[in-house]
Amino acid sequence: MATKNSRTERLATNDIPISGRRVAAALHAVARHRVLAVLVLLAIFPWLMPYKALAVDILLYGLFAMGFNLIFGYTGMLSFGHAAFFGTGAYATGIAMVHFNVPWFGAMALGLVIVAAVAAVIGLLATRTRGIYFAMVTLALGQLVYYAVYQMTELSGGENGLRGIQVSELSVLGVPVNLLDPVNKYYFMLAFIGPAIWVFSRILASPFGAVLEAIRENENRARACGYNVAQTKWVAFLLSGLFCGVAGSLSAIHLSIVPIESLHYHTSGLAVMMSLLGGMGTFFGPFIGAFVFLLLEDVITNITVHWQLFLGTLFVLFVLFLPKGIWGTLLERLGR
Amino acid sequence: MAGYPIELIVMQLFTGLALGTVFVLLAVGLSMVFGLLTVVNFAHGAFYTVGAYTGVFLFGLTGNFWVCLVGVPLVVGTIGLVVERFLVRPLYGRGIDYPLLLTFGLAYVLVELVRIAFGTSGVPFSAPPSLQGALNLGFGYFPLYRVFLVGFTTVLLIGLWLFIERTRYGLVIRAGARDPEIVRVLGIDVSRVWLLVFGLGTAVAGLAGLLAAPMRGVIPEMGIPVLVEAFVVTVVGGMGSLAGAVVAGLLVGVVVSMTSLFAPAFADMSMFALMALVLVIRPQGLFGRAGLMGG
Repeated sequence: MATKNSRTERLATNDIPISGRRVAAALHAVARHRVLAVLVLLAIFPWLMPYKALAVDILLYGLFAMGFNLIFGYTGMLSFGHAAFFGTGAYATGIAMVHFNVPWFGAMALGLVIVAAVAAVIGLLATRTRGIYFAMVTLALGQLVYYAVYQMTELSGGENGLRGIQVSELSVLGVPVNLLDPVNKYYFMLAFIGPAIWVFSRILASPFGAVLEAIRENENRARACGYNVAQTKWVAFLLSGLFCGVAGSLSAIHLSIVPIESLHYHTSGLAVMMSLLGGMGTFFGPFIGAFVFLLLEDVITNITVHWQLFLGTLFVLFVLFLPKGIWGTLLERLGR
Repeated sequence: MAGYPIELIVMQLFTGLALGTVFVLLAVGLSMVFGLLTVVNFAHGAFYTVGAYTGVFLFGLTGNFWVCLVGVPLVVGTIGLVVERFLVRPLYGRGIDYPLLLTFGLAYVLVELVRIAFGTSGVPFSAPPSLQGALNLGFGYFPLYRVFLVGFTTVLLIGLWLFIERTRYGLVIRAGARDPEIVRVLGIDVSRVWLLVFGLGTAVAGLAGLLAAPMRGVIPEMGIPVLVEAFVVTVVGGMGSLAGAVVAGLLVGVVVSMTSLFAPAFADMSMFALMALVLVIRPQGLFGRAGLMGG
């Protein structure tokens, strides 16, 4: 990779100050043990936040944006339909718990199976297209899922969303845990999100992950090298959908309701915004994006109801002047 | 189709065509901008919303629908010119996703500005008195406004087609879409053409918003379903093809209105089924060129 070489060269020619190099070395260490670094930070994270429910939100949306980043940042396919996976995960888990009295772990597993099926079908259609067509088709298919669930009033609650998911006494390995306590809830979520982060890191480090980046850099060349591009894209789409499905499934337990908005275009847009703000195609970017986005939303909605004006403007400014996002720009400045 | 009188079906067909003309207008604006600039305007729905609200504002000011019909495309087109010149232009050559992301963020800004100016709930907007009432089409009565909508859009599309196919400026536009490099070599300022086309595309979106307002209502969120509809029509018809936009727009309109007659629960979903079908059989769209989708 040419870009990586030029970065190391710049580091060698001493054109950045000593303190910068020290920071760079620290970042380097973080990047090498990225899973460990994230887990250490996330373990103490709730106590760094103004209130603990916000920490849970950041965790969930960070996972959502991370899953989305697999397809957008690493494979170079901009999807506007990932709410379909987040929302399906939430609804499938919630419906299984409310209407069929399935215990939470069974409901989550069922949720994942259904998300996998939805992602497989949408992926099959969407990966037939490329470039901006892909963005348009994923958006349209995402809205299809929205309308479909909206119509299933009996199961989904339609416009009002799904209500009545019981989380006050979940049995975790035989031990009853009250998830209404935010600290319990946070570590319950982390018990899923931690391993998910590790799996994600493994995927990126695997030969499969390298093929994804090859497709992003030059699809034709990847095909000429003998990789099955169509299949790789489909598998990446499926995996990406599954991560978002886990996030959705957990959000159903977190909120104990599933709002219909979780399937809406705006939810897909959230993943896009968070990924870009944090830095697309970087490991930490989506979590940093989720952190900045939700913290800003929290602060700004206290001041004005028109927070979308500020976040929209911020996003436009990022596209124009900081397209690599916060983390991506930081890495570039300090020469990874 | 047993149990449905033939008049009802024909009426519903006409309703579908009227709905379809709005889809056509939306897709034409989107497709034109893409065909020349290879920019997918995610703010297309927001420009549609701004168009409807500009219509409400101008109508409140003058009380004359015909003034709106001229004023709205001018106002929205001007906003489009500013957006292209100062926001989209710096992004050319930086990858195809960036203008898309920018317009996506811009849509939030535009819609929020509409909310600040006109409030978060909907505002009433009805057809002008001279276009209210119904027209006897021989087999039944049809709202006069929808007849006007079909007629007006037809005239507008013919005008647009003549402009692109028969004028000197249209020649430059077509050449710019084919090969901007050569056009530049021939001494023509392509960026001015791009500016004009983006303005034209947004003006058409604004006009569609105004025309649809008496039929579909005016709320700040009106642009989102519309953006999706425009995308579906463009995918079905083929990106960058005017003929594709017209045929697919009418087709989608008829499919939606027919399913809302025979299977109302699936009305919202029918257009997506059509799109999925087209994607499986002919991924480049009915009138699209193969290879264009690579983007």
